[in-house]
Amino acid sequence: MYSEKVVDYFMNPRNSGKMDDANAIGEVGNPKCGDVMKIYLKINDQEVIEDIKFETFGCAAAIATSSMITEMAKGKTITEALKINNKDVAEALGGLPPAKLHCSLLAQEGIEAAVADYFIRKTGKAPEGFKTPYSTCSACSGSCGGGAGHDHEEEEEIFVSEDHRAAE
Amino acid sequence: MTPRKVYLDNSATTQVDKRVLEAMIPYFSEDYGNPNSLHAWGREARVGVDKARAQVADLIGAQPKDIIFTGGGSEADNLAIKGAVWALKDKGKHIITSSIEHHALLDTVKWLGKNGFDYTILPVDETGMVDPKELEAAIRPDTILASIMYANNEIGTIEPVAELGEVCRKHGVLFHTDGVQAAGHIKIDVKELPVDMMTMAAHKMYGPKGVGALYVKKGIKLIPVIHGGGQEFGVRSGTENTPGLIGFGMSAELAANRLASGEIDNEIRLRDKLIDGLMERIPEITLTGHRTKRLPYHVSICVKYVEGEGMLLLMDAAGIGVSSGSACTSGSLEPSYVLLSLGMDHPTAHGSVRMTLSKDTNDEDIDYVLEKFPPIVEKLRSLSPFYKKNQ
Repeated sequence: MYSEKVVDYFMNPRNSGKMDDANAIGEVGNPKCGDVMKIYLKINDQEVIEDIKFETFGCAAAIATSSMITEMAKGKTITEALKINNKDVAEALGGLPPAKLHCSLLAQEGIEAAVADYFIRKTGKAPEGFKTPYSTCSACSGSCGGGAGHDHEEEEEIFVSEDHRAAE
Repeated sequence: MTPRKVYLDNSATTQVDKRVLEAMIPYFSEDYGNPNSLHAWGREARVGVDKARAQVADLIGAQPKDIIFTGGGSEADNLAIKGAVWALKDKGKHIITSSIEHHALLDTVKWLGKNGFDYTILPVDETGMVDPKELEAAIRPDTILASIMYANNEIGTIEPVAELGEVCRKHGVLFHTDGVQAAGHIKIDVKELPVDMMTMAAHKMYGPKGVGALYVKKGIKLIPVIHGGGQEFGVRSGTENTPGLIGFGMSAELAANRLASGEIDNEIRLRDKLIDGLMERIPEITLTGHRTKRLPYHVSICVKYVEGEGMLLLMDAAGIGVSSGSACTSGSLEPSYVLLSLGMDHPTAHGSVRMTLSKDTNDEDIDYVLEKFPPIVEKLRSLSPFYKKNQ
């Protein structure tokens, strides 16, 4: 189900843990959906990401994508880091199962949210079109089936097995 | 020394017992006749099928002719529900079931709901128990069938089947119970239990996959789901899966012996050792389901601050097979509907782990799990943004 790389980055996570002297923090996801990613950045005066850490509540793919994007973003300028998209992360991990692609999007948005926090701390507001530093449940892009507002309680009538079933 | 392997996913399926396998083998290429044929080959196979039917019947105190063999538990559930309501459709259209049933039950009932029938889904309490009073309150004049599982696969809770069946009998409502997790693991005697139909599956009791049975009390009419050659008393057509049925028969006989010998008590001891050991070693975990009214082999917990899939994969890497009802293991982003039915919040339900023992699990296996599991939880918690150590 998972590539060797995903397993490796899950089993031996890179850059995991808290960072006490971070100057930017982003948190994305929703505990309800089972994925929350927190990204800590230490950005220097040249706007280079000197250090990066993550904390993730989620499945193996969520931990592996967090792990991979922190490795990819480390040492880059924030402009370069923002160019890392979810496909790059998934590719670097040797691919992700379709049901787990939203995890790579979560990773991309985690960086974006942390950079937004950097600008908020510096200038008082986030650049236009940025994710807010604490955005909820945007990364799954409705893949959890909750639709706008993600009101999972209303889904009682829908069962997973129906998705795979032939027309009745 | 080979590393220890501990399979704790016996609610998903069990290892076929060697004695079961040995009993099956001749029926593949020696006694391979069609049990419906009149010649020696056929008669040989028929003798085997009849014996298997008697063995399965004996396990639950039934008569052989009350046992309908099927191609597994899901099929038996479908036959019980669709077959019974179709036979009773002129009498009424209302079906009652519970929120924690297996999909084979729930999806069948919901499909019937879209096709002219009506249903009520009963809630459960925080231990997963259905209240017989709520069942009684849900019964309407047009209620024809109620189906409440004997024991739940995800949380191990054993339902008050006798009381629930009593309520149904009082009101003249047919009562089915999905006994897939319970049969062969709990003493069941249908002579004393007010149950009209019960589902069983061979592969949950050390028998082969793809073989199940529906116990149907004498006098109850079912419309077949599979029409054809009229096998299984006309209720389930199709040439009998002779080796499979032979295997089921043997697994049922062995289960009956285990139940009579008290071997199950040791399984309960090991289950409780695992539950107590996990509770002592890991802070902030919850046992899901009922503490005592639970399957002898069943342990299910929710671990706060972490997601189930990660625990499952790290346990797998340590040679331990477990399962989880977290969203990530189900392919959706919703955690298990069973855990949510208990009133559990989503983040906690995402941290579910189920460890289900087998008849062969021993003390060393449990010790090994108790040694390996706590550091795995600690590792994943150290990655979690929600976990504040020493808080």
